[in-house]
Amino acid sequence: MQLSRSARIALRVAAGLGFAVIYVPLLLVVVNSLNPDRSASWPPPRLTTHWWSVAWHNSGARAALWVSVKAGLGATAIALVLGTLIAFAVARHRFFGRDSISFVVVLPIALPGIVTGIALNSAFSTVLAPLGVGLGLFTVIVGHATFCIVVVFNNVVARLRRTSGSYEEAAMDLGADTFRAFVDVTFPLVRSALLAGGLLAFALSFDEIVVTTFTAGPGIETLPIWIFENMTRPQQAPVVNVVAAVLVLVSVVPIYAAQRLAADTAGGSRV
Amino acid sequence: MALLTRTAGALHRRPRLRLSLLLTAPLLWLAVLYLGSLSVLFVSAFWTTNSFTSEVVKVWSTDNFHELFTTPVYREVILRSVGVALAVTALCAVIAFPLAFYTARVARPRWRPLLVVAILTPLWASYLVKVYAWRLILSEGGLADWMLRPFGLSGPGFGLPAAVLTLTYLWLPYMILPIHTALEQLPAGLLDASADLGARGWRTFRSVVLPMVLPSVAAGSVFTFSLSLGDYITVQIVGGKTQLIGNLVYSNIELNLPMAAALGTVPVVVIVLYLLAMRRTGALSSL
Repeated sequence: MQLSRSARIALRVAAGLGFAVIYVPLLLVVVNSLNPDRSASWPPPRLTTHWWSVAWHNSGARAALWVSVKAGLGATAIALVLGTLIAFAVARHRFFGRDSISFVVVLPIALPGIVTGIALNSAFSTVLAPLGVGLGLFTVIVGHATFCIVVVFNNVVARLRRTSGSYEEAAMDLGADTFRAFVDVTFPLVRSALLAGGLLAFALSFDEIVVTTFTAGPGIETLPIWIFENMTRPQQAPVVNVVAAVLVLVSVVPIYAAQRLAADTAGGSRV
Repeated sequence: MALLTRTAGALHRRPRLRLSLLLTAPLLWLAVLYLGSLSVLFVSAFWTTNSFTSEVVKVWSTDNFHELFTTPVYREVILRSVGVALAVTALCAVIAFPLAFYTARVARPRWRPLLVVAILTPLWASYLVKVYAWRLILSEGGLADWMLRPFGLSGPGFGLPAAVLTLTYLWLPYMILPIHTALEQLPAGLLDASADLGARGWRTFRSVVLPMVLPSVAAGSVFTFSLSLGDYITVQIVGGKTQLIGNLVYSNIELNLPMAAALGTVPVVVIVLYLLAMRRTGALSSL
């Protein structure tokens, strides 16, 4: 399309402003972690790394980080298994209700987190409580796995749709049995999609707060819950600033990796 | 080893067995655990609560829904929530369009993949940190106040506008991406044809570009609308005293779970209606 010179300039300016709107808040979080004051007033009087060392030794934040990592790993492991199983069923078989399966997989992430959260909460308290099992890290992992399945499923199913089943058939014609064909042929084909899906699932779990609120037992505090609890306490503000800055800096890495791994699959979108 | 070979043979001969082995565990998880919990929740919306003990009374009644539609506060909050979700969607579309137009059609082709990554990266940054960033910006003496002070103004502070702004920021990438993809796939021939027929830039935009990109705007709006409608954390952090439907659900959970469940059905029903409306535009097939 032939755009006039002024239209081009206007679009450049608009895009520049847009990118500024996207990135200034994130940069602000990073700069603010160097702010010596407890208030968020701008501009900071000077810059200091004092709060970074304070945050490093903060036991609450460390414990919460550890809980988040455990919950993320647990949920990712379950989501990898379940998501891959569904992906193989949907991509390699025809059966009644196949379309509705993709719908059910998306549902946990499409519905508001608070609805999923209280549904799981009341189910856990009616089913698990009589068995003597209370809410805890286990229930957080179950809740997170439920909405992480979709990212693994999306990645693996996209990969399976592009690689036809004839590779496996060829392996079997050459004498490989079902397991051999899976180990030597199918798994290497989907490995990078699994890795991408796993990374996204971990990131999704690591960041989740609403479902966590309703499935975490007493004393179980993930990093987002810790931030949320401490955000409004002026005393803790500098440490929260540092944790937030670290999360901004760290979040870039797995996203970049997942992008590279899954450039051709559903890695670009969360759903 | 012999057993393994025999199992492999059995699996190969019986695709139904293979399928049921694949599906049993995930279906138990999703259908029984997840859909089961959801249905119990929606059934419990028709139960009531003993007002003295806050215990759930499992007697069928539509009182909760009656209350939902007749209490002015509830009606007001529901309308406000839908209004916020629509406002966020409109703002996202208005901001996303020029940005996507630039990344898909104006920027040098060499730069385009890089720009897409630049849009995607903040999408994955922590939700809570992004809300926190806006809390910092909008707090008293924060960046917003500092920027507006030379004009004799001050920032909006915490409240409904702050919540709309923050939600717009949170879900913006979900709107940019589909529009970018649609604009990128727009055949250049169509634009040339429009120019050959004498249309200037603006006319081409209105008659050719916009109709072809609208389904993608609708696709993006599915995310911006439903994610905004269910949110209650953002409103708690930057919304001041503002209440949205999620906050009402949250505040009812402890004392009146059936009422919370009834309130929770509202966003679900609205989202399903919105999805159905968007399906007519063909948006869902481009998701």
